[in-house]
Amino acid sequence: MINFQYLRASSPKSAIDGVRTDLSAQFIAGGTNLIDLMKRGITAPPKLVDINNLPLRDIADEGKTIRIGALALNSTVADHSLILKKLPLLAQALNAGASAQIRNMATVGGNMMQRTRCPYFYDPSLPCNKRAPGSGCGAVAGINRMHAIFGLEPVPDQHVCIAVHPSDMCVALAALDATVEVWGPGGNRTIPFTGFHRLPGSNPQKDNTLQHGELITALRLPDNALATHSHYLKIRDRASYAFALISVAAALDLKGKTIQQARLAMGGVAHKPWRLTEAEQVLIGKPATEATFREAAQVAMRGARAFEHNTYKLKLAPAAIVEALTRAAG
Amino acid sequence: MQHNEPDRNNNAGQEARRDFLKQSTLLTALSLTPSVVVQAAEKHLDEKAAAYFEQVTLKLTINGKPYTLSVEPRVTLLDLLRERLNLTGTKKGCDYGQCGACTVHIDGRRTLSCLTFAVMHEGQAVTTIEGLAEAGPQGKLHPVQEAFIRHDGFQCGYCTPGQIMSAIGCLREDRANSPDEIREYMSGNICRCGAYNNIVDAIAEVKKGGQKV
Ligand SMILES: Cc1cc2nc3c(=O)[nH]c(=O)nc-3n(C[C@H](O)[C@H](O)[C@H](O)COP(=O)(O)OP(=O)(O)OC[C@H]3O[C@@H](n4cnc5c(N)ncnc54)[C@H](O)[C@@H]3O)c2cc1C
Ligand code: FES
Ligand code: FES
Repeated sequence: MINFQYLRASSPKSAIDGVRTDLSAQFIAGGTNLIDLMKRGITAPPKLVDINNLPLRDIADEGKTIRIGALALNSTVADHSLILKKLPLLAQALNAGASAQIRNMATVGGNMMQRTRCPYFYDPSLPCNKRAPGSGCGAVAGINRMHAIFGLEPVPDQHVCIAVHPSDMCVALAALDATVEVWGPGGNRTIPFTGFHRLPGSNPQKDNTLQHGELITALRLPDNALATHSHYLKIRDRASYAFALISVAAALDLKGKTIQQARLAMGGVAHKPWRLTEAEQVLIGKPATEATFREAAQVAMRGARAFEHNTYKLKLAPAAIVEALTRAAG
Repeated sequence: MQHNEPDRNNNAGQEARRDFLKQSTLLTALSLTPSVVVQAAEKHLDEKAAAYFEQVTLKLTINGKPYTLSVEPRVTLLDLLRERLNLTGTKKGCDYGQCGACTVHIDGRRTLSCLTFAVMHEGQAVTTIEGLAEAGPQGKLHPVQEAFIRHDGFQCGYCTPGQIMSAIGCLREDRANSPDEIREYMSGNICRCGAYNNIVDAIAEVKKGGQKV
């Protein structure tokens, strides 16, 4: 690893200034993704701004919303009484990710910013438009077992990037209508969670809509009536400590057997956490039965397309949706 | 007791080597981190550029002892422990966060020392496997160490320091209430010898015994 300049920021402003002035500078929080990528030569920032001393760790009930500081640890959020009571789906998704040690280091902001686990992105000797724009996408005609089935370009041979976003936490946040609070050189702004990550388009090197120098300061989650009936289902190659092949965040508000409100999002299927609003509409007003869930899953799969090694996802995804909804309702 | 680690370098040969390293690292820095060096040059820091971003002063407590160190920002906590401080009980398995062999406690929390830079822990307390037993050759082992021995919780032993540090975390977090829960919350520690069943038994026994960990 090349050496780098190290700055320990003492205020959000000094952190933002420290990164803004150098196009290749990066913030470092838990380090669990960034250091991995630096060791492998996938990224080589000449300057790191350590944000761990910033006062952004609090988790607070603000009445109609819950605010989670960007530096709150994944484990702290998952174990917090407020989150367990009001947002159990988020706690479940967090606990499904990585390992106990990594969750003790990883922050909420870092989790949102983690890069894809596509093996072509991870190997600097292979082509990857996300890591080396213009070098091609090795996965399209390569080993694409882990890759996307949604949000793809309409013309099959024009795929610029078919990587998926690897986060579990973000799937729950997409379902729960979170918003992201950002401070930056140009002022402060709020981004709806489903607008935070982006589809690859023609510049897959950008995972999200954050501008250089912008600092995520917090997440806000609105109160909801979904806490009693929610479930995060993660399907992976081994029972624990593996990234999702497919995951589903499902939450229902039930009155008797009737679905009043529904939230549905999937992970492991697209370049961003994939919210399934059309399928949610199918669920509303219907009884919480397997037939209803199957109908929603069918609608959810509209537009899905697979590659040589991930056709299994076309069957696994709808089955996972039905399973997650069944467990949420149960 | 204050451990000023650079004291060990107080001989001429070491000093010469350090100067050489400094210069060669400066050259490396010139070729690889242009923006930093350009910035340093603009501020007339060019001669001191290396020192400016090469070494950072770091105060840490490790196994109860205070250390004052001078480290490059790129040194991971794992490499600091093993290569600089000779605390080789903490193991390097994968170096990429995938195996758990490097697990230590930082301010009481189980973490991976391979995925964190030492400089990020100014003022914090690190506990490694060397810090568990009571001091001295007759010192009593930690209850989790004893349980691992009683249950044969290892074969080659390479993953064991990480397993034990992680097991203590698992018990403190109250995540050892059933074999399934232990397996889930110990899944960050891989054992290529496959001693898993005995590891789970060892942890379950400590939990049942209710000893303070
Ligand atoms: C072996 C392994 C297994 C894993 N398994 C899973 C899994 O199953 N599921 C899952 O979801 N994740 C998994 N992860 C990924 C893990 O969740 C991420 O590494 C972690 O969440 C990153 O958080 P961090 O604080 O360590 O980020 P860092 O590594 O510190 O930073 C990552 C990026 O975020 C940027 N950043 C950090 N904070 C901010 C901020 N406040 N504002 C703006 N930018 C910021 C940094 O500049 C950097 O570019 C795994 C990781 C490993 C190593
Ligand atoms: S050496 Fe740190 S997890 Fe493997
Ligand atoms: S005892 Fe050999 S790796 Fe675990």
